[in-house]
Amino acid sequence: MAHIDLKNDLPGIRGLMAYSPDTEKPLNMLAEILLHSDDNTLSRGDREMIGAYVSSLNDCFFCQNVHGALAQHYFQCDMPFIDNIKRDPIAAQISDKLKALLAIAGSVQKGGKYVTPEQITQAKKVGATDKEIHDTVLIAAAFCMFNRYVDGLGTWAPQDRQIYVERAKIRAEEGYTNMNLQRVVPGELPEKG
Amino acid sequence: MPHINLGNDLPGMRGLMAFSPATAEPMNLLAEILLRSNDGLTPTERELIGTHVSYLNDCFFCQHAHAAIACHYLNSDKELVDDVRENPAAANISNKLKALLNIAALVQNGGKYVTPEAVAKAKQEGATDKDIHDTVLIAAMFCMANRYVDGLGAITPTDLSTYPPRAKQVAENGYGNHIFSAKQPTAQ
Repeated sequence: MAHIDLKNDLPGIRGLMAYSPDTEKPLNMLAEILLHSDDNTLSRGDREMIGAYVSSLNDCFFCQNVHGALAQHYFQCDMPFIDNIKRDPIAAQISDKLKALLAIAGSVQKGGKYVTPEQITQAKKVGATDKEIHDTVLIAAAFCMFNRYVDGLGTWAPQDRQIYVERAKIRAEEGYTNMNLQRVVPGELPEKG
Repeated sequence: MPHINLGNDLPGMRGLMAFSPATAEPMNLLAEILLRSNDGLTPTERELIGTHVSYLNDCFFCQHAHAAIACHYLNSDKELVDDVRENPAAANISNKLKALLNIAALVQNGGKYVTPEAVAKAKQEGATDKDIHDTVLIAAMFCMANRYVDGLGAITPTDLSTYPPRAKQVAENGYGNHIFSAKQPTAQ
């Protein structure tokens, strides 16, 4: 149960966003630019994967499943493929560039000062631009905010991971701004007693 | 030196925002709502929460930038701001603010570190649901801002006399893209 009365039964960050519409707007604006906008040389899949990876390091069940499912949607892969990246990005079948960016994101998750010049050099060596490194750091940092917001207020999360896969199609289509918070997929909300 | 070429020599968050104005806009909107609102928590209390979290994240730029803003609101009571930044439990502030700063410190560790007991204590001291919501989101926002600033190796002035003039600019005009696009204030 959430630590405060959210006056709604929506899961994860959607419950928080329905509770606090003022802060919902800039949060979703930021998510739209960083994760969904096509004005970016990193693919949507790569950007969602960075978010899913950081969320898994932060042990945030809701966020890692929402954004893991989005990466799965964009990569057109299965769930074990995403789980393998989260578990061990170095061993995963992904580009060297994404591996280098995930290494930077992993350091950001620990704290800004953990990012090393060597990690930056490596990312540039495998083709990452300054803007891509900037976006990686800010995506990782933003998820350190989102994860803490979601778990710090004790929101609930659907345990059936397939629900996140169903929702990912909606989010990929709608994007993050003007999000219809109330739109739910079958089986998503708990049975009312 | 920053890890990437920012194309400007502005300090801290300002240099990053000037490099990426598109993401600066929602970040400044969020900061304006969370740090300037007088609904429930005061702007001073909000800045103190951000200052303490930045201190815990060891982010030199953010802790001194926001300490200077809190100090501006508090008519230059630097001693109080320094006490809250480093050890709120012993500072001369309300029990309610102490309980909220405790929640903020738990958020800094990670969302799951927030306990029902910490929340109950804040409510017992008079914190509303909105106060608790805002505290958690302010603390979380600084966990983003601190990582953004240090993760890209932003320029960090070590001369503390450069922080109050920029703090005055934020206190007077709020958060917005003007903080990097307007003429930069200089030390007195």
